[in-house]
Amino acid sequence: MKKILFALSMLVLSSQAHAALNVFVCEPEWAALTQELAGDKATLYTATGALQDPHRIEARPSLIAQARRANLVVCTGAELEVAWLPVVLRESGNNTVLPGSDGYFETAQFVTMLEVPTRLDRGEGDVHALGNPHIQTDPRNFLPVAEALGKRLAQLDPGNAAHYRQRLTAFNQQWRAAIAKWEAQAATLKGVAVVVQHKGFPYLSHWLGLNEVEALEPKPGMEPSAAHLAQVLATLQKQPARMVLRAAYQNERPSEWIAQRAHIAAVVLPYTVGGSDKVKDLYGLFDDTIARLLAGLQ
Amino acid sequence: MIKRIATCTALAVCLSHSTLVGAAATGSAENAFNPAFSLILSGTYASLRQDPALPATGFAMNPNPGHKQGFTLGESEMGISANIDPQFRGVATLALDPAGGVSVENAFVQTTALGEGLNLKFGRFFSGLGYLNEAHAHAWDFADQPLVYAALWENQLAEDGVQFKWLAPTETFIELGAEVGKGRGFPGTDRAKNGSGAGVVFAHIGGDIGIEQSWRAGASLHRTRAVDRESADVPDLSGNPVTNLFSGDSHTAGLDFVWKYAPNGNLRERYLKVQGEYFRRKESGDLTYDTAATGVTDTFSNTQSGFYLQSVYQFIPRWRMGARYDRLDSGVAQVGALNAGNVVSDYAFTPTRTTLMLDFSPSEFSRLRVQLAHDLSRQGLADTQFFVQYIMSLGAHGAHSY
Repeated sequence: MKKILFALSMLVLSSQAHAALNVFVCEPEWAALTQELAGDKATLYTATGALQDPHRIEARPSLIAQARRANLVVCTGAELEVAWLPVVLRESGNNTVLPGSDGYFETAQFVTMLEVPTRLDRGEGDVHALGNPHIQTDPRNFLPVAEALGKRLAQLDPGNAAHYRQRLTAFNQQWRAAIAKWEAQAATLKGVAVVVQHKGFPYLSHWLGLNEVEALEPKPGMEPSAAHLAQVLATLQKQPARMVLRAAYQNERPSEWIAQRAHIAAVVLPYTVGGSDKVKDLYGLFDDTIARLLAGLQ
Repeated sequence: MIKRIATCTALAVCLSHSTLVGAAATGSAENAFNPAFSLILSGTYASLRQDPALPATGFAMNPNPGHKQGFTLGESEMGISANIDPQFRGVATLALDPAGGVSVENAFVQTTALGEGLNLKFGRFFSGLGYLNEAHAHAWDFADQPLVYAALWENQLAEDGVQFKWLAPTETFIELGAEVGKGRGFPGTDRAKNGSGAGVVFAHIGGDIGIEQSWRAGASLHRTRAVDRESADVPDLSGNPVTNLFSGDSHTAGLDFVWKYAPNGNLRERYLKVQGEYFRRKESGDLTYDTAATGVTDTFSNTQSGFYLQSVYQFIPRWRMGARYDRLDSGVAQVGALNAGNVVSDYAFTPTRTTLMLDFSPSEFSRLRVQLAHDLSRQGLADTQFFVQYIMSLGAHGAHSY
């Protein structure tokens, strides 16, 4: 019995033994960023995968148990996780990671939000009052987020503050260089007309100058209907687009339907880390995104 | 009148303005602190062959929430919640009865700042026993509750009292909870006394298996005492309906589990959910037979049990189908000698029901459902029950529990 108890307590303690911080991260892109900034000083738990719709996650027991152990929660915010995160945090009984506390970090607070609705009405579909929450498709958004997150890590784990500062500086440098590289690669994408399946790419379009002419979802979050797809097709005959974009977690049928009939490329973007085999980290995310967009132009 | 409309328009503008300002956290207007407000609208059309007032055979001394025939407006459920201060959060759910009147379904305060995995809740809340008990009607997967919930808990056990929960700091979800309360609802009776009238303890354990599967299992115990709990229209050994009173102890044990599967863990496309619960209740005390006439009192003890097993499958986005099997066991009662010739001890009948469901959700906020049940819960009175239901939610986007 004593042995079992000892083994159990070791199990509980061991995960905290080698890292200073337990970080609960809502989406893989922020897990990758936290990894860049914290290195081996943090143990990460990522609540969602690249093949899951982040709007539609359940407050599973495993998430609640992980939030209970967290020193820091890193999420997008802007209501992206509104359907599950409040329950997870409440049920966790962990008062150090509640909204408003130092252990709670929302990335969307540090970037300029796009598509902030002027009219809040569910008749407009699943709109978010604070703006479109899919901010991770513009690499420039990672700079202010990294700045703030690096500071937060240092604040929560002052013993390793120098370590976080050093990693932040290194990330900033590398990331800026990478952005310049991607922008050069993507120069030909400027002004290219695209169709999106879900309104999940405004930041990407804004960054690269893509011209979003239509969305396959009649309203954000509503499934594309046959009637709406036919309407989109009619629009495309007058105002042609080069490709139709969807995220890895989205159903391929609406995109494929349009792509075949409008004779345009259907491009699946990884959307976040893990969204394709090639995307192992943040750099891979944009390498692959740009490569796939360029392939769509061919 | 015109003046009133003008005020309303101004108010609407004012409200929408304050929402935006509030969102930017720069608002100073009074209503920037308004709580989250939601409203559930629901209604049912039911076609039944048998009188819904008839209880399941062997369960005439239990409540029978039953169904309503024809077009029925469901309870409109109004939810209000907000943080009260850095320590407390308040939640109220008011049910607007279509016949008029408002009942308080939930009205509780919960702590937010205890930490260490501790959560304390007080006021009126749905007990944490079982799996389905805490779910509000709009989140049910079928138009009605399983028979075992209807017969043993009058659909749902709401308690006036205190709930204490502790979550272990482990990777596996392990939650322990205890409740003390008044015991105002069935199987207890509302008694004027100090101290607690009912107690519940429960334990939940859960986790994930890979990214595609998740599960939770639980066990719960409930105890209360009934004093002069009245049941009308209980058939006696001669087949006459009589009114009986029961006073005694009531002990219930329950087991529950739920397992969910979604390809890649992506609930939007497809998912499968399987759940089941079992409850067993032992009651022992005194039964007074036929209060309208002789009123003979002697000992009475009985063990009732029941379970359900159900599965819901979302086969394409927005469309789900489900099946449920219900079964009850009315037990063989030990009846004291004085009532041996009066009270039925063994009904020798096993009530069952099989239900099929199909629902369609145009969005996260609306759901339309049809349900067909083959009900064999009443001996010799097979019933085919057909339901059409709508459930719509307005206002604040409430997060749902697992």
